[in-house]
Amino acid sequence: MNAAFDVQAIRAQFPILSERVHGRPLVFLDSAASAQKPTCVIEAMARTMQTQYANIHRGLHWMSERTTAAYEGARDQVAGFIHANSRREIVFTRNSTEAINLVAYCFGSMLRPGDAVLISEMEHHSNIVPWQMLRDRAGIELRVAPITDTADIDLDAYEALLTDGHVRLVAITHMSNVLGTITPAQTLAEIAHRHGARILFDGSQSAVHRKIDVQALDADFFVLTGHKIYGPTGIGVLWAREELLEAMPPFMGGGEMIESVSFARSTWAKPPHKFEAGTPAIIEAIGLGAAIGFMQDIGPEAIAAHEAELVAYGRDRLGAMNALRILGDPAERGGVLSFTVDGAHPHDLATLLDHQGIAVRAGQHCAEPLMHRLGVHATTRASFGVYTTTDDIDALADGLERARQMLL
Amino acid sequence: MSGVIDGPWVAPEDDTASAAIAEIGAELDMFDEWMERYQYIIELGRKLPPFPSDWMNDAHRVPGCQSQVWLEAREQDGRLWFAGASDAAIVSGLVALLLRVYSGRPQSEILETSPQFLRDLGLVQALSTNRGNGVEAMAAAIRARAAAA
Repeated sequence: MNAAFDVQAIRAQFPILSERVHGRPLVFLDSAASAQKPTCVIEAMARTMQTQYANIHRGLHWMSERTTAAYEGARDQVAGFIHANSRREIVFTRNSTEAINLVAYCFGSMLRPGDAVLISEMEHHSNIVPWQMLRDRAGIELRVAPITDTADIDLDAYEALLTDGHVRLVAITHMSNVLGTITPAQTLAEIAHRHGARILFDGSQSAVHRKIDVQALDADFFVLTGHKIYGPTGIGVLWAREELLEAMPPFMGGGEMIESVSFARSTWAKPPHKFEAGTPAIIEAIGLGAAIGFMQDIGPEAIAAHEAELVAYGRDRLGAMNALRILGDPAERGGVLSFTVDGAHPHDLATLLDHQGIAVRAGQHCAEPLMHRLGVHATTRASFGVYTTTDDIDALADGLERARQMLL
Repeated sequence: MSGVIDGPWVAPEDDTASAAIAEIGAELDMFDEWMERYQYIIELGRKLPPFPSDWMNDAHRVPGCQSQVWLEAREQDGRLWFAGASDAAIVSGLVALLLRVYSGRPQSEILETSPQFLRDLGLVQALSTNRGNGVEAMAAAIRARAAAA
């Protein structure tokens, strides 16, 4: 174990971990769906509402200015967290789904029939459906890069889909929510750029597991969601290069996003405000800032090292079980293990684990096309967070064995 | 009890639907915890008559269930007989439990038997919301079939 990394001290910061489920201690292995919240996030949000709340950007009074400073401070924290060039590149959204829809709508409005968007076989529905909607609206082509049997992106096939120069945008996961595959982002970006395409990374899963540096990745767009990185629901982030945010038309119209309005015409505010119509999720943005502070205090490298140990332990422990098959064997894997157990329906496993206090996800994980590619109807998924211990994985293995005996 | 008919149809074990509900409640009460109840429910599912594989299709599928559930019904001797199956073990047990209440009964008795017993016995609450909704969808499908008879 990493000497500086004290998982028990971290667990003590998550009040929910002392809850009991069906009379048993909670073993929470569903962080990839949504992570639990540390006290500092809970308190930052409560403190905002108790002591310094008002609407932002428009009030000419002390309370509004203080709240504005806190909200804009959260933007600075996000910019630092992902190593943006500037705070003007950070647009707050509701979640990564909204961030992807924003790009599909705004960047998509600059595409023409004959242009193409390229996604991969292991995307979450939220990085498939917005592009299908764009395809049907704008008459563009949607291409799909295949994965290999180890569940890595097939790089040769990926490049082959780019060589005709029609692809304007690659929109691809940085880490699969089903398989845990970390995609080789720098390589994907280099290939995309070589063929004249921009690249968007869906960082919904990756941002919680490793250091994100959008400049080092050479990305054009990067999206993440607050609730998966120990922050609240209702707040997400679109990062985009400033020149792209300048070039793209606005997403939604309303207050905050304008410079001036008359009945004849309106002019737009500068990015990022151009893309933030209406009163934003102020309290949630401040909560997200606290979550980023929490992660930075521990250190993304220490978090990644902890989770790498958990993945290795989980693979050994679960891999040794009879009739259990872990899906995919990617070159690099974040804190997610999906598996099937012969003769046991994933829903049955999840129910029988739940009654032993163990929370996992079972089903298609919002990735139906990937399920077809893997040749399975559904999987059971265990996912790890900063508070996960090897004891949790032991509990999972024991719980699975008991469930399997019941289902034999 | 007027008996058994040939095929995958579930034959009643109890004289009436309400007797079946009382009997199921008594059986579930024998267990101290839900893991034991699930074991019992899984075993009920295993005892379902074999469901023809060519009925495992969309035409027989019960909508609203997370797992796949298939249902078929026929009328004979003034009663409605049901056959059912699922690809998941716990759900198969719940199908068995529902059909023990509803199969082989007159239409009027099926329509008079409210699926509220699923909640009274704690079966809906013991499942996750989605699966609980699925059990209630099954009960609704059975009663809709009876209403159409």
